[in-house]
Amino acid sequence: MSESIIQLRGIAKVYRVGVETIHALRGVDLDIGRNEMVAIMGSSGSGKSTLMNMLGCLDRPSSGEYTLGGRLVSAMKSDELALIRNEEIGFVFQSFELLARQSALENVELPLMYSSTAGGFRARRERALSALQRVGLGDRVDHRPNQLSGGQKQRVAIARAILNNPKILMADEPTGNLDSATTAEILALFTRIYREGQTIIIVTHENDVAAHCQRVVRLRDGRILSDLSAEEDFEVSPYVEEARATQRRRADAEEAAA
Amino acid sequence: MTNTKAPSRKGAKGEGRGLTIFFFLKAIGMALSQIWANKTRSFLTALGIIVGVASVTAVIAALTGLKAKVLSEFESVGAARLYVFPNRPDNVPRAKFPWEKCRLKVSEAQAIMDQCPSIKGISPIVDLPMSVESDTELIDGMTVNGIWPAWHDAVGRKVMRGRPFSQIDIDTARQVALVNEAAVTELKIDTDGNGGLGEHILLGGRRFLVVGVVETTQARMLGMNSSEAEIFIPFSVAEKLLDGWYFMQFAAIATSPETAEEAKAEVEYVMRRQRGLQPDDPDTFRVAALDQYINQFKSLASGVTAIAGGIVGISLLVGGIGIMNIMLVSVSERTREIGLRKAVGATSAAILLQFLLEAVTLTVLGGIAGLVIGKLMAVSLTYIPGANLEQADVPAWAVILSIVFSAGVGVAFGMFPAYKASRLDPIEALRHE
Repeated sequence: MSESIIQLRGIAKVYRVGVETIHALRGVDLDIGRNEMVAIMGSSGSGKSTLMNMLGCLDRPSSGEYTLGGRLVSAMKSDELALIRNEEIGFVFQSFELLARQSALENVELPLMYSSTAGGFRARRERALSALQRVGLGDRVDHRPNQLSGGQKQRVAIARAILNNPKILMADEPTGNLDSATTAEILALFTRIYREGQTIIIVTHENDVAAHCQRVVRLRDGRILSDLSAEEDFEVSPYVEEARATQRRRADAEEAAA
Repeated sequence: MTNTKAPSRKGAKGEGRGLTIFFFLKAIGMALSQIWANKTRSFLTALGIIVGVASVTAVIAALTGLKAKVLSEFESVGAARLYVFPNRPDNVPRAKFPWEKCRLKVSEAQAIMDQCPSIKGISPIVDLPMSVESDTELIDGMTVNGIWPAWHDAVGRKVMRGRPFSQIDIDTARQVALVNEAAVTELKIDTDGNGGLGEHILLGGRRFLVVGVVETTQARMLGMNSSEAEIFIPFSVAEKLLDGWYFMQFAAIATSPETAEEAKAEVEYVMRRQRGLQPDDPDTFRVAALDQYINQFKSLASGVTAIAGGIVGISLLVGGIGIMNIMLVSVSERTREIGLRKAVGATSAAILLQFLLEAVTLTVLGGIAGLVIGKLMAVSLTYIPGANLEQADVPAWAVILSIVFSAGVGVAFGMFPAYKASRLDPIEALRHE
């Protein structure tokens, strides 16, 4: 593993909902290195969303330390976190979150609106254009979201996320709203961006998606259940059983057909 | 570890980073597209501002026009005019200055004419309510004025047709009369196409020859007679017809507007001497120069402006509440967008400013629309015949004030929704359905 870009030490998050106290995270230690592609998995209530918000600097831990690229972000104020999100983190969401009335290019440019270091008008435009070209949408620059397919929308969102060359690209169920063909296409895009050197964290509950990552972190009840390479995870996960069962059924069906 | 390193970057000061020109351009651009996308809603929301600004603009334009008109009319001749009224002083025993001592006398008018070098002409004016009869018409209780020939000069109303009174008319108390066009019409004395000249009318049963027609000036509009008919007779004749007490005033004109002040002082001096008033006695008369009326008009105009300002204040308040309402709707509709913006790095201050800019864009556009409508109303005012508003125009200060007020309403009423937006938690906002 290369040098670690993310260090979580004893991260806990406690919510109070009315009189109830919810321990979303109960002491998570995690290191993620530069240019890793990590899947975070877990059933709902496992704390994976909370962990993602934490990693994405949208939330601060109740206790514990989070160091991102050598800076202790768990101690930062909300405006400082906003700057970190602007420059160090790219988000990709399940439902794309594109602005309906803005063109693809304008949507990609959005983070630059809040940046004071993005240079002049032309520099901003060119940066957004090259991000769109990186995701293969150089010919859809002026299209509105309603003129784009689901896969294309998600590509625009990915272009927006990688615009600032962030330290980490966070994707929350990025293929949740896509059909299987488009899912494969988007996952291939993630893999390509990963190969170009991008650190990627994908939160998912789909084993297909996790299988594209190099490392799988599984959560349960706010703790890390397992943290394995994708190959190892494949061996122990219930997915294996499912996959084998599917294979068997398919083989049986083919046999019957023959 | 370098975790103590402040996140602020080059050139950034205070909290967070400075927002760039790009932010403002984008924010205004997005505000405009938001307004355009919700055209009907935006229009209805801005309607309060539009109506408020339009009405106040029209009122200010009308007042400006009226003021210009009145002042120019006053200043052409009016500044040289003086009026003398009887005036019983306040705060002195009634017995010391009874009305009999206060009322004006013809001898005093004569004395002013003789002794005041700055007075070019003077005429006593007396009102007599009389029944007026022509061959076909009878009008009861019409006001007939007794005047001297100098009256035409003193009040600036010329004889359009026929002739004014002559000194012989006065001296011999001839039963002649001047009328105005309204009187000619009302009495139907224009029987031979001569405009009423040479006709006879009966005033209080006496036969008078109509010798001239006096022009009617706009100033009559400020009068309170329902009938606009006017009849004038020689003062000496009027004096004979009067019995007992009557109310008289003098109208005089100075040699020029520049000598009006001097003329006023001279008249006061002569009047006091005529009445034998001691130095510590108060005036038992009042000399009014037209500049007093100008000042009165000016203060009336600023009063109306203030009332119009109050009305616009109320409509801007109502408009502002509409703005606040729609901005709250907008914030709630765009919760996810706000969440996204925060996720990609917008600070609370940036979100606050963005929504504030949106409210201000809306109100300023409303203000501009209101100004345009107000200007159109001002232009149409100038075409109303007889309304004296030919010079109605929207002054520059009103334009600037309207825009500034509109923007102020945007800031004041956009603040709460914008603050609400800025406080949204990005995680909650992104989860919002």
